[in-house]
Amino acid sequence: MIAAIALILVAVGTVVFHFMSPWWWTPIASNWGYIDDTIILTFWVTGVVFIAVILFMAYCCIRFRYRKDARSEYEPENSKLEWWLTILTTIGVVAMLTPGLFVWHQFVTVPPGAAEFEALGQQWSWSYRFPGKDGILGTTDPRNVNDDNPYGINPKDPNGQDDILVDGDELHLPLGQPVKALLRSLDVLHDFYVPQFRAKMDIIPGMITYFWLTPTRTGTFDILCFELCGTGHYAMRGTVVVEEKSAFEAWLKEQPTFAQSLAAAKTKAKKADVKLVLNKGSAQISGTIQAISNR
Amino acid sequence: MATVAHDEDAYVAPAEVEEVDLYHPKSWITKYVFSQDAKVIAIQYATTAGAIGLVALVLSWLMRLQLGFPEVFTFIEAEDYYQFITMHGMIMVIYLLTALFLGGFGNYLIPLMVGARDMVFPYVNMVSYWVYLLAVLVLVSSWFVPGGPTGAGWTLYPPQAILSGTPGSNGGIILMLVSLALFIVGFTMGGLNYVVTVLQARTRGMSLMRMPLTVWGIFVATILALLAFPALFVGAIMMSLDKILETSFFMPAIVEMGEYLSYGGGSPVLFQHLFWFFGHPEVYIVALPAFGIVSDLLSVHARRHIFGYRLMVWAIVVIGGLSFIVWAHHMYVSGMHPYFGFFFATTTLIIAIPTALKVYNWTLTLWRANIQFTLPMLFSLAFIVTFVNGGITGLFLGNVVVDVPLSDTMFVVAHFHMVMGVAPLLVVFGAIYHWYPLITGKMLNEAMGQFHFWVTFLGAYMIFLPIHYLGFLGVPRRYYEMGDTTFIPDSAATLNAFVTVMALIVGFAQLVFLFNMVWSAYRGKKSDRNPWKACSLEWQTEEYPPAHGNFGKTLPSVYRWPYDYGVPGADDDFIPQNQPPERPVTDSGPEAASTQAAE
Repeated sequence: MIAAIALILVAVGTVVFHFMSPWWWTPIASNWGYIDDTIILTFWVTGVVFIAVILFMAYCCIRFRYRKDARSEYEPENSKLEWWLTILTTIGVVAMLTPGLFVWHQFVTVPPGAAEFEALGQQWSWSYRFPGKDGILGTTDPRNVNDDNPYGINPKDPNGQDDILVDGDELHLPLGQPVKALLRSLDVLHDFYVPQFRAKMDIIPGMITYFWLTPTRTGTFDILCFELCGTGHYAMRGTVVVEEKSAFEAWLKEQPTFAQSLAAAKTKAKKADVKLVLNKGSAQISGTIQAISNR
Repeated sequence: MATVAHDEDAYVAPAEVEEVDLYHPKSWITKYVFSQDAKVIAIQYATTAGAIGLVALVLSWLMRLQLGFPEVFTFIEAEDYYQFITMHGMIMVIYLLTALFLGGFGNYLIPLMVGARDMVFPYVNMVSYWVYLLAVLVLVSSWFVPGGPTGAGWTLYPPQAILSGTPGSNGGIILMLVSLALFIVGFTMGGLNYVVTVLQARTRGMSLMRMPLTVWGIFVATILALLAFPALFVGAIMMSLDKILETSFFMPAIVEMGEYLSYGGGSPVLFQHLFWFFGHPEVYIVALPAFGIVSDLLSVHARRHIFGYRLMVWAIVVIGGLSFIVWAHHMYVSGMHPYFGFFFATTTLIIAIPTALKVYNWTLTLWRANIQFTLPMLFSLAFIVTFVNGGITGLFLGNVVVDVPLSDTMFVVAHFHMVMGVAPLLVVFGAIYHWYPLITGKMLNEAMGQFHFWVTFLGAYMIFLPIHYLGFLGVPRRYYEMGDTTFIPDSAATLNAFVTVMALIVGFAQLVFLFNMVWSAYRGKKSDRNPWKACSLEWQTEEYPPAHGNFGKTLPSVYRWPYDYGVPGADDDFIPQNQPPERPVTDSGPEAASTQAAE
């Protein structure tokens, strides 16, 4: 009897917790509301099954608890029942999978006309790159990386000269414009994730991965690295500001192009002899690195 | 009418081959230390797994202290934290659960349940344990090398696993890879034994479809392990070469901290495929034995046959087969070709169907049963709750697009702890309460057992249920601390503190359980022969607890399936597998017998 009560309490408690929980999605800020919808659908289908199974068990525990003179019923198989359960389960699975696959198709199909930007991850900071007037990002190679060229952009590629570099601080994105995030890493795996955007993808050194989204709400959001990338993983943060297109363009104009930054670096080169990594990132990140190197 | 598993079959062929003499130990050392008796090897496996499991338990406390009370326990630094999570995960999955289910329960139960005197290769079986022990010792030794054990996460993803930004990237990772390779060598020796014993050493009348589901679960899990572990073995060897000889199997061109390294041309994703080609079957290597064992516990303690035996067997086989074509659902956002998502989401959700059928059949076993609320039954009920809970969250993560926001959040942590941590461990506990009398001849203390059950079940549920919701919120896993994050409310910190306190309490309950196991061995109530009135062969041995060689002079003959509980017309509410039919069955054969039995 106690077991039955415990089972009922677990079922009821789970439902109550679900509806009372203060921990739930952050308000969405991208076009991926379909993902949230698929989750809600999955919740209903699986939630009903979960509660039904537990309450059925609780009923059995009460109704068929041990009595000395009782015997259990001997019915080893019931193929009719087993078929029905198979069919019903299959229907439930199809109901969840079908919308899921449709939304996945959207997720992996970048709309034509999506603007591109690059997020570059390295232990343990973010930097970003936008294509210049030509709309094309220059090619890169880790061999090109040096203090003057932290992005590793191919200096001989004319497409790269006008690339706009956003080092460290914030990423800005225009509201309502589909964007394709091209993701690149110089060292280990990372993952670019903004919880309000719902979309993420791992970043793999040696290849370029991507995902796309359309920001649908202005605001400032956290960027987190979502794939373990070493001791400083938890401190690999950034921010993204979603703003009106005009504000975005004004911000973009203030950022240096690759050609400009190369020129500036040449004049500065003699003064600075600090390691590249320590130069970058927020105070928090360099603090972490110092703490690590102090150990 | 087709012959089904539960039909009596009077005709049991006489033995065709004479028995081979077992190795008889000549000294204390060959009896208890370098023993070739599967039952002793089982205890050795279980003790070692339990000991290293305690280390993992302590590690979980330490990481929970950091998560629940960040900046309070200043001795836990980021490096330490990442080492804790890595070692906790690897120990629990490989060195505890795999070793305990296959090396522990497999060794103890397979020969006894199929009516064999021992494993078919007792010497290899012995070596298997000692190689496993060596693997554990190598793993432990990584705490004593400069830099400590690896902190690469239990998935050991390169390139970071072997680069200097990760703790333990010198000695630690190499010892981890060596230990894994050793584990696989040891396991292969044991695993071949389990498979060949099931196929070749079953006693007369023990057809495959009369085997207890425990044996089916362990048997199929072992086949999975024999096929899946080589992928991990290869991955471990290649990564060792990348680390030691600077080959580039998994290493592309890399700039680390501004310095261009000598690697180039390798693929980190290749390692992920190898790892998960092993890693997903691994989930079922742990789950299938639990499925099998819990089926037997439910049946015995509900005094009713398992419902739909043949479906249960086929479900185990189908799940085992499917588990080899779902691995990349761990990699939906890994950057592999996005079209893989369609395939792996479909196979992953298909695997839910046979799994759901198993759940239905467990609950239907309770229908019109005569349920005794013994500790094994309580743990089995708790298993169903946690397994269903963890299984349905798998439907979230398996449905590719739903995984996109949830992957690498605490939702994943909650999911796999519920489904392959808590659920199988509840079965382990239930199984220990069930078979402890067989092993020691003593009953475990009931009061301590009740305390252990209620704290563990409700405590673990209260730990992992809310963690799912942190995942919805977007709290990442593998974060040493959250710092200032705008979307995380303060209440999340309160929840984390609560979870930590619960984890300490549940951990304490495990210490009570350990104490119970030791205390009851000396002071426990003496167990009657076959105290649960079970049908399967391990309880029908001549000596109780079973001695070396398991059965008496002659091996038992099997006349029925292991689930003859509540047979209409029978004197008792159970009929052991080796009890011959009451009347000699004539030429009319098994069909007539079954009709008679059904009347």
